Order: sequence, then C-alpha cells, then structure tokens
Amino acid sequence: MNNVRVLVGTRKGAFILTSDGARKRWKVSGPHFAGWEIYHMKGSPVDPDRIYASQTSGWFGQIIQRSDDGGKTWNTPGSNPEELQSADGTPQAESNKFVYDSSPETGKPITTHQWYDGTQHPWEFKRVWHLEPSLNDPDHVYAGVEDAAIFESKDGGKSWHELAGLRGSDTGPKWQPGAGGMCLHTILLDPQNPQRMFIAISAAGAFRTDDGGKNWKPINHGLHSQYIPDTGAEVGHCVHRIAMHPSRPDTLFMQKHWDVMRSDDAGGSWQEVSGDLPSDFGFPIDVHAHEPETIYVVPIKSDSEHYPPSGRLRVYRSRTGGNDWEALTKGLPQRNCYVNVLRDAMSVDSLEPCGVYFGTTGGQVYASADAGDTWKPIVRDLPAVLSVEVQSLP
Amino acid sequence: MIRVVLPPHLRTLADIDGEIDLELNGKVTQRSLLDAVESKYPMLRGTIRDHVTQTRRPMIRFFACGEDLSHESPDAPLPHAIANGAEPFLVIGAIAGG
Repeated sequence: MNNVRVLVGTRKGAFILTSDGARKRWKVSGPHFAGWEIYHMKGSPVDPDRIYASQTSGWFGQIIQRSDDGGKTWNTPGSNPEELQSADGTPQAESNKFVYDSSPETGKPITTHQWYDGTQHPWEFKRVWHLEPSLNDPDHVYAGVEDAAIFESKDGGKSWHELAGLRGSDTGPKWQPGAGGMCLHTILLDPQNPQRMFIAISAAGAFRTDDGGKNWKPINHGLHSQYIPDTGAEVGHCVHRIAMHPSRPDTLFMQKHWDVMRSDDAGGSWQEVSGDLPSDFGFPIDVHAHEPETIYVVPIKSDSEHYPPSGRLRVYRSRTGGNDWEALTKGLPQRNCYVNVLRDAMSVDSLEPCGVYFGTTGGQVYASADAGDTWKPIVRDLPAVLSVEVQSLP
Repeated sequence: MIRVVLPPHLRTLADIDGEIDLELNGKVTQRSLLDAVESKYPMLRGTIRDHVTQTRRPMIRFFACGEDLSHESPDAPLPHAIANGAEPFLVIGAIAGG
C-alpha cells in the first residue's frame, strides 16, 4: 500500500483528499456535487476506483452517483440512452428510485412505525445515509436509507430493490426516529460468512441476518436505554454506530446514544465497556486496522450538548477492547472547541502504522498517521462533515 | 419550440447550459412537458416529480408568464405563450434557506 484516498461527504458537496503513504502532504479535490448534501461515499474493496456516492437534497431528492476512475469523473448509473431501456425505448433511469417493496412475491406490506408523538406514521423514503459495497463484486452494493430500510443493487447502482424482510419484521411498528430521523446508518458485511450482515437503525437498534437479507432478527439483548419505557426492550434503542474488525466478525463494538458496548457473540448479547470515558455519549466508533482490540471513540458531552466535554476535542483509544481508555490530544484543539463528529465521519486506513481519520461539523478533517498518537488537520474549513471513508491504495 | 428553465443544480446534474428546448406533439401540459424533459434527460427523474406518484416534489414550484402554476392540474393546458415558446416554463427550487 502506497497511497491513501479519503472520501469526505459534507453538507455542501464532496471532497477527495489524497496522499502518499507518508500521509504528510495532501491534495484536496472538490467540491464535487457542489451545494448538495453528500451523506456518504464508499469505494469497492475489490475495485477501489469504483466509488458510490449518496447525493441528496431537500429540494431535489436522492441521486446516486458512481465513479469508475477513483473520483475523477462521475455518472448517474442507468441514465445513458443505451442502459436499461424501457418498452418505449427510453432509459428507465432508476438509479435514484428507492421504492419500498410491497410486491406479493418478495415484499412486505408497508405498515407504519412509531412517530415522535407516539402515534403511528407511514414509511416515507427520504435519503440514503450509507452505501456499503459488496466484498467481492463491484456491481453489488447495499444502501441504508431513511425511513429505515436496506436496499441493494446488483447492477452497479442502476436499479435498487429493498430487502423487505427487515422493515417487514414484526418489530417494525415499534421503531421510532431519532433526532436525525429514522435512519439505517450502519451496514457491516461478515467477511467470513457471506450470508451474514449486521445493520443498525436510530432509534430501533441493531439487527442481524444469517440468510443474505431475507430474514432479520433484533440483536439488542444487554442494551439499556433510559429514554424508552422498558429500558431493556427488544427494540427502540438509539444505536449510533457499530464497528467490526474483519478478522473477528463475531466481535462487535457499539457507540450507543449513551454507552459504549461490545458483543463477542455476533450481537447475541452486549456488555457495557464505557469504563473511564469522560462521557459515554458519542457518535462514531472504529477499530484499528491491525489490532482487533484497539478501538476509538470521540466522547461528546451529552445528547443535547453535541460538543466535546470541556471544549477539548479528544479521541479516546482503548487497547483492551474497552473499559480502559486513554485520551489522544496531540494536535487536536484543547480549548474552545465545540464541534461534533457524526456517526459516519471516522475511518481507518490499513497502512503500517494504521492511520485514523475523522471529520467535524466545523469542517475540519483530522488525520493521524500513527494510530492516534498525534493528529494534524488535512483541511480546516470545509462545510460540515457528514462522512469520512478511507481507501488504502496500491 | 417550448422553452424550459431548470434550477442551477438540476442544470449541473443534467449537464445543461441555459434553457432546454423541446418539441411537443399534442396538448402542452405540465405532465407532457415534464415527461419530455425527463425523457431527454433521464437523470432528472425523481428530482422534479416523485418517481412513483409523479406528483411535484414539495419544494419545487412551477412558474409561467408571471403566475405560480404549481397547484394547477398537471393535465391542464399551459398558457399559449408557453406552448409557442414566447415565454419559458420555469422550474424553481423554493426559497427555504440552506
């Protein structure tokens, strides 16, 4: 691995940051899709030049963009005249079409979910929060959407189909939106079992499939949330993020609305590992590329005060899989800092030593080329950062 | 010739400079005009009207000849000045901050 590409989604466009393996000098490309919210971008593990992007707008809806040259150029899949022709000869252009599946063959009835005021509310598609390319096919990609559901495309993003067994599970009517909406924000693919996936929804909880997405079950045993009547309920937990090391897919780490948790049985049960963190509220969580028990979080003061405790931006690292944490502060602002780090805005590279990256709502993207010991900003003044993904390139 | 003006973000998405020129056969309505726009620029499907219901997206407005036609029937004839190209049909992103 000689190069690194950092894909940054912001409130007003996408940016691509590139460096060689030293990770000292960076080139900044962008804004791409200027003025649009870019919720997430992610490259295919088997073809790093294949990148998917979720481009979204309250005015114009959802656009899926795809690059086949590492982000130099982009296209809306399926919109060329020769692609996906309908009966009358026009392109079907279904790359932006996310429709909940209610077909008799594969779908589930679109029921309702819990609304903020306790009433039931119909499912309404709003945007794609997260794109997760398959581990072995660059044309196969999953999308986590708001209102919470999972879709997949097997034709490079030209058309999308819901895996309706998740939304249609019997717990669906108990799901409710978090403050950011009822979003499916995390998709983890098990590298050792292609039939197994994990997802997480705010505020429903974590779910697992063992049959490639047909059937799903809640995996929230051991979670406790004070904001629901039954604090240990099967669903209703506001899971902010889950992370996994590819060598240990049965071990999951979770940053919840409050509490940092871990599971060693593929989500069958969870134990709290918040330990000595200054606050166990936060959004992102990630795992060191080479050390499966080294994890990172960014503590945030509280659920209403979305900034670091004491105005000091600190990443916390545990080398013991939780409970014992150390503050990483070198190069990060330690006074008057009141930014947030959102759930999809942290990532690691697979170089040696492992690089760690995160973006803030203040527009800074910080990088550490030494596993978190020291930090430097790659850029300081982007729009609010929504997501950060890193590609380690040959 | 019918003239359509899109908001800047949709012009960028469709890689369009300036106005769209359309030739329509038959009745000129919001529906027939937008069908023709989406046929010529398929990447715009879902950005002006909902993909499934074909209803106007909530924060999109349709202006023509100094009037707001957003709440008119999609099958109502558009003004003669739109049909003959004297005036453009304007697709507008509503003012809503951002």
